[in-house]
Amino acid sequence: MTAAVRPQNYTVRAGRIALQVLLAVVVGGLIYGAFVNAADNLARAHIASGFHFWNNSAGFDISQTLIAYSASTSTFGRAFWVGLLNTLVVAGLGIVLATLLGFTIGIARLSRNWLVARLAGGYVESIRNIPLLLQLLFWYNAVLKTLPELRSSIALPTGGFLNNRGLFLPRPVFAPGLIAVVAALVIGIIAAVALHIWARRRRERTGAPAPVGWWSAASIVGLPLAAFALAGFPLTFEMPQMSRFNVIGGLEILPEFAALALALSVYTAAFIAEVVRAGILAVSPGQTEAAQALGLRSGATLRLVVVPQAMRVIVPPLTSQYLNLIKNSSLAVAIGYPDLVQVFAGSVLNITGQAVEVIAITMAVYLTISLVTSLLMNLYGRMTAVVER
Amino acid sequence: MAAIADTPVVYVRTAPAEMLPPPVASSGFIGWLRANLFSSLGNTVLTLACAALIFWAVPPLVRFLFIDAVWAGPDREVCLATAAHPEPGACWAFVRVWLSYFIYGFYPIAERWRVDVFFAALALGIGWLGWLSAPRRDLGALYVFIILPVLSFVLLYGFPAIGLAVVTTNLWGGVLVTIVVATVGIVASLPIGILLALGRRSELPAVRWFAIGFIEFVRGVPLITVLFMASVMLPLFVPQHFEPDKLLRALIGVALFASAYMAEVVRGGLAAVPRGQYEAARALALTYWRMMGLVILPQALRITLPNIVNTFIGLFKDTTLVFVVGIFDFLRTIEAARGDPKWATPVTATTGYAFAAMFYFVCCYGMSRYARGVEARLSRGDRR
Repeated sequence: MTAAVRPQNYTVRAGRIALQVLLAVVVGGLIYGAFVNAADNLARAHIASGFHFWNNSAGFDISQTLIAYSASTSTFGRAFWVGLLNTLVVAGLGIVLATLLGFTIGIARLSRNWLVARLAGGYVESIRNIPLLLQLLFWYNAVLKTLPELRSSIALPTGGFLNNRGLFLPRPVFAPGLIAVVAALVIGIIAAVALHIWARRRRERTGAPAPVGWWSAASIVGLPLAAFALAGFPLTFEMPQMSRFNVIGGLEILPEFAALALALSVYTAAFIAEVVRAGILAVSPGQTEAAQALGLRSGATLRLVVVPQAMRVIVPPLTSQYLNLIKNSSLAVAIGYPDLVQVFAGSVLNITGQAVEVIAITMAVYLTISLVTSLLMNLYGRMTAVVER
Repeated sequence: MAAIADTPVVYVRTAPAEMLPPPVASSGFIGWLRANLFSSLGNTVLTLACAALIFWAVPPLVRFLFIDAVWAGPDREVCLATAAHPEPGACWAFVRVWLSYFIYGFYPIAERWRVDVFFAALALGIGWLGWLSAPRRDLGALYVFIILPVLSFVLLYGFPAIGLAVVTTNLWGGVLVTIVVATVGIVASLPIGILLALGRRSELPAVRWFAIGFIEFVRGVPLITVLFMASVMLPLFVPQHFEPDKLLRALIGVALFASAYMAEVVRGGLAAVPRGQYEAARALALTYWRMMGLVILPQALRITLPNIVNTFIGLFKDTTLVFVVGIFDFLRTIEAARGDPKWATPVTATTGYAFAAMFYFVCCYGMSRYARGVEARLSRGDRR
């Protein structure tokens, strides 16, 4: 289709240029018309334009704020960051949970155990075919909102309460010595990575395997633990207290947050399970047989032959599932979780009325996340592409 | 010879060997159980854990949905827990009372036959195009893409000149709106998606960059923001006297959104058509549009039909999002009805959601089975 369709004569070439000019004129005309109309309509409605509102005082409350925010003094810009952080935190938790659940179910679906495979198949089929919004409303309205009221809260054995206003957990309070633990963790991770690189180089040079798994686990877990003990356990917990009308202190997890994280991870897990299943099936059985013929044990076969090849198939669609999860977190607006869309394209839009700017900023955030991710994916694809000899 | 017979030969058995125990059954029900459920200790543990999970989850579910369920009654009283009936089951009576609202919304009762005719006309179109060996599928395409949209508009919105009173879209609701949004989405997105896919593979730079820009932009943002854009920004972009209808705005948003996804699906189909087909069409001196229309697209769309159906399933589920711009689709009518104080019970929400889940599951699962059937049929053709 590329080389075959070169313009044969000037009429054809003129036609092709005319078509492109026509497209440019139509698109440009539509944009210009929209712009003129928008300016006209906004002027009539006395709505300001531009991004000056960013520094104006917001004046509305947000139920979950990870950074300092107050209705009276914070700006719309601050509200934007609060919303963005809320989106990222729920999406981050959702991605972790969905990955764990999705890999488990994807592998279970390939199990030789009939019951396990059927159960996993049933999960995937039923969850995939029910809209996410319905599942979200179910978790929120039918499960979390029907939990006991404040008076009859369920007391958790670890300290904390569960009621229809949320989950109240002991909040970790960090003493200054904890910085040493964090530093130890960072050093441990760096050491583990260095160890892996060294082991890999050595294996490629000499073929001798190096059992670095335990060593890296020890450096990632052991170093921080040792630092924690040396610093004199600099961690205490603030227990939530039940008062007459509320729960005071502790770490509060909103029912909106819990419902959204649950719904997103349960829903996306079904899709991830399919991705994982397809990835594993894409590695031909000949690969396993060849590895066994070379004398690799089953663990080594999995680790060195099957998983690397399956991952090459799994990672690109897995990433697009992660992107879907991030985009789907905007359903928060249906249950009132203060994510980016609810705070910014909801409250801020309603107060300022500056639809064009607000929607443009909101879309730009999601677009940036998507484009950066697909850029990284292209890099990954190039790195892991099979070198054909 | 005789000497051999006389000498005792040590390696020849004289007495029959002892009977071996019968082999472990590897066929029949027991053998199947052994192979599939209890092949090892780990597997046995897994099987028992799964069985426990099923026994924990399924009986209460069946009891809630069927055994303890209340099937008929005038109001909430029948669905409340009583001494004789301590565990209230699903309140199907609520769904029965509100069923016509779930299907038609506030569509005037006297005019509801029009909606029924629309459903029937739509079913005819789907059957015609979906049944791969139906007669005159070209006429079917004409019917679905040209006649049906006009007919549906006349039927549903009304056309006073022929005696059909106008029913404004704020009265539409329920399954009707869900189906209208999904159908408009698919009917509009297929042609636009094909054009975008062709544009993305075009060698005219302006066309290609426009297509790439549009597709990547729409696929990069959530549907909710597209719907917000359609519902808040669209009225700003048109002259003041022309106020687009609320449902129309959502339809435009959904159609644009679906087009971008459809474009990628069609592009996959175009890429799957062998290069020789393009070259052969060129060798026959077909122009670009005749090459696409007569040779490439028929093959590409056929290959990609399962993916088109899958996109449609996604679109069907996504129609629930029109909820956020205040349109009463099926899910929204359930949300509205469960707030009815006359039916306010602890189980009303769950009942409503269970009903909605069944509706969506039946529709989506049916479509995905259809897609799989088409796929099997197409691969049968390839194997020939």
